[in-house]
Amino acid sequence: MNQPASAYFIEERHDPNETHTLSVLVQNEPGVLARVIGLFSGRGYNIESLTVSETESQKHLSRITIVTTGTPMVIEQIKHQLDRMIPVYRVVDMTLTKRSIERELAMVKVRGQGEHRVEALRLADAFRARVIDATTESFVFEITGNTDKINQFIDLMRPIGLVEVSRTGVAAIGRGPEGM
Amino acid sequence: MTEKSHDPNQMTGAAMIVRALIDHGVTDIFGYPGGAVLPIYDEIFQQSDVQHILVRHEQGAGHAAEGYARSTGKPGVVLVTSGPGATNMVTPLTDALMDSIPLVCITGQVPTHLIGNDAFQECDTVGITRPCTKHNWLVRDVNDLAKVLHEAFYVATSGRPGPVLVDVPKDVQFATGTYHPPRKSDVHISYSPRVKGDAAQIRKAVALLANAKRPVIYSGGGVINSGPEASKLLRELVEVTGFPITSTLMGLGAYPASGKNWLGMLGMHGTYEANMTMHDCDVMLCVGARFDDRITGRVDAFSPGSKKIHIDIDPSSINKNIRVDVPIIGDCGNILGDILQVFKAEARKPDIKQWWQQIAQWRARNSLFYRKNNDIILPQHAIQRLFELTRGKDTYITTEVGQHQMWAAQFFGFEEPHRWMTSGGLGTMGYGLPAAVGVQVAHPDSLVIDIAGDASVQMTIQEMSTAVQYELPIKIFILNNQYMGMVRQWQQLLHGNRLSHSYSEALPDFVKLAEAYGCVGIQALKPADLDGAIKEMIAVKRPVIFDCRVAALENCFPMIPSGKAHNEMLLPEQANDEATATAFAGGKALV
Ligand SMILES: Cc1ncc(C[n+]2csc(CCOP(=O)(O)OP(=O)(O)O)c2C)c(N)n1
Ligand SMILES: [Mg+2]
Repeated sequence: MNQPASAYFIEERHDPNETHTLSVLVQNEPGVLARVIGLFSGRGYNIESLTVSETESQKHLSRITIVTTGTPMVIEQIKHQLDRMIPVYRVVDMTLTKRSIERELAMVKVRGQGEHRVEALRLADAFRARVIDATTESFVFEITGNTDKINQFIDLMRPIGLVEVSRTGVAAIGRGPEGM
Repeated sequence: MTEKSHDPNQMTGAAMIVRALIDHGVTDIFGYPGGAVLPIYDEIFQQSDVQHILVRHEQGAGHAAEGYARSTGKPGVVLVTSGPGATNMVTPLTDALMDSIPLVCITGQVPTHLIGNDAFQECDTVGITRPCTKHNWLVRDVNDLAKVLHEAFYVATSGRPGPVLVDVPKDVQFATGTYHPPRKSDVHISYSPRVKGDAAQIRKAVALLANAKRPVIYSGGGVINSGPEASKLLRELVEVTGFPITSTLMGLGAYPASGKNWLGMLGMHGTYEANMTMHDCDVMLCVGARFDDRITGRVDAFSPGSKKIHIDIDPSSINKNIRVDVPIIGDCGNILGDILQVFKAEARKPDIKQWWQQIAQWRARNSLFYRKNNDIILPQHAIQRLFELTRGKDTYITTEVGQHQMWAAQFFGFEEPHRWMTSGGLGTMGYGLPAAVGVQVAHPDSLVIDIAGDASVQMTIQEMSTAVQYELPIKIFILNNQYMGMVRQWQQLLHGNRLSHSYSEALPDFVKLAEAYGCVGIQALKPADLDGAIKEMIAVKRPVIFDCRVAALENCFPMIPSGKAHNEMLLPEQANDEATATAFAGGKALV
């Protein structure tokens, strides 16, 4: 692994960046999300996507899924830094397990008439997107899939008359019978 | 109802706070009152188990608690009010976080129904202090208070120690609820710091050590934090292996400066022999240190040929700046004990005579050389005299930040852990004077000296008043060079000697200032006066401000310019203009 030339030049290092998806199990208490986000902004780490919701309400556990980019050394730091927070139970690097499923949900609003409407519906069908709202001049599609698929769908909708998009961010889970 | 009121565990939030302090063995706290903590102050008034030291500024309380903690190994406790009281604590909390000092800070907060209303003296204390504490809590229900307080003490003192903060709204202080003494279940189950090192890793480490040709032990503040036993084991390991040992600024005293294997401090202002040994070693054992930039210099040229073993209780310290070969996560003392056991059972002292010969050559360069003068006191000489004249005494040293701090580290020999209190990670000017107050509170009969600079000391000078009030005979030994010497040195070396705002204009008369506070003022102007004046300072059983007038333009060497490698160090006798210019070329942007 390459070392940065100096502690002062950490920003300028040329190691290739990698994208990793981290699942973080936390105690659901006030401020816990602020702690996680503060860690990323305070230490200059990237957040590409962040999803959080309580997953076990009796135990007050929440699951945070973070997609981040960085050099391998930075990714390792991020995991350790998350893990040492008091309310964090576990950090799992879903990318390293190579056995994870990632999904995102997006709602995509498209406006258009005539041929454009037909084309939008045809593409939606191909992507298995559902129509969840319609007017005479617009649709809202609901689409689920991995990030690439959603990006692709949005790109295709752009020339047709894309108005806006709302995305949930990535949720991830491991394959097989075991939990994290 | 009547039954309940007889329950001794039914009490107000304010009473719980004092009870929890007592249950955690706290005997002294540092604080400053205000509206949002009045119920707690009322409780303090009505008891005598916990002594409260009233400071003059909340920052002083924080640093005093740090000094107290570092010199005792116990957590330091601070009590301050909401708003400005809390914001004044930001510097000491950050300082304690950087240097892994256990602090428990209790802040008052506006009543819960006013939170978020921009009430008088309201601030988002947990928000502001989140990045500068190990953990913090806002307690909204008096029935959660006992659990939170106990957890706070546990988190502050376990694992990698650090500061914690508990924010208690005033209505919670008044409310009555149920207290319980500390118990295991008070702690987040998600928090369980690792103590014992992995046995397989320990074996790998011993194998490396046993076969080393050019070994070095590099120890840090973690050894001190681990407790006196860790220092004892470190000394034993040095004895058993015969290895050379150096330490960071924070680790001084774990191995005695008079020990024959001692190389002196390493890093930016470390000795030539320490840095060259680090650079050329083949096996490095890092114990409780974190490879920070003041230590490593240029990272890609840091000890390029060595196998590195790193013992640290904090997994995030591993591979942060430097890739290591054998990480061992756990408590330094515990792991040192295991390493020793395996080493003694399975290995023999490696023959490293040649390595010691090489080290002797580096030592002979005498990198701490300075030219004495009969007319002007050299700052290095002043520290040396202070050291000699306090030898054998029960002495604690604190410092401010600047050249004087580095000279203290270079020229004052520490024989024991917990005797040296300095702001390493944050580099906080104004740390040393209140830290001395805290040390003296913990050790009323010891000699406590703050080695200070003329600029730093003015940042928290008001705490002299605290020292006088509590009859704490601290000695403020100012190396008065009439400059922010360290700033001036960098300006000279890196900014064409344009001394922008680094001259200490309009300095107070420190002797008169001492008298104004009700302390003793002493001045030394000439080398001939120095010994007598220092002896006088030691003899006085009252707080002293000692104005030691030293050479104004002396620079602190040796020095590794930041961003350079260990073997690119600038030695005092080489530091002419040309060598300096080359050494520092291109380094302006660095810190
Ligand atoms: C609170 C704070 N502000 C600024 C600095 C930057 N700084 C580092 S050393 C120094 C000068 C210290 O001067 P003095 O206390 O006289 O010590 P000397 O270097 O002269 O021994 C300054 C301004 C700092 N470390 N801390
Ligand atoms: Mg000065």
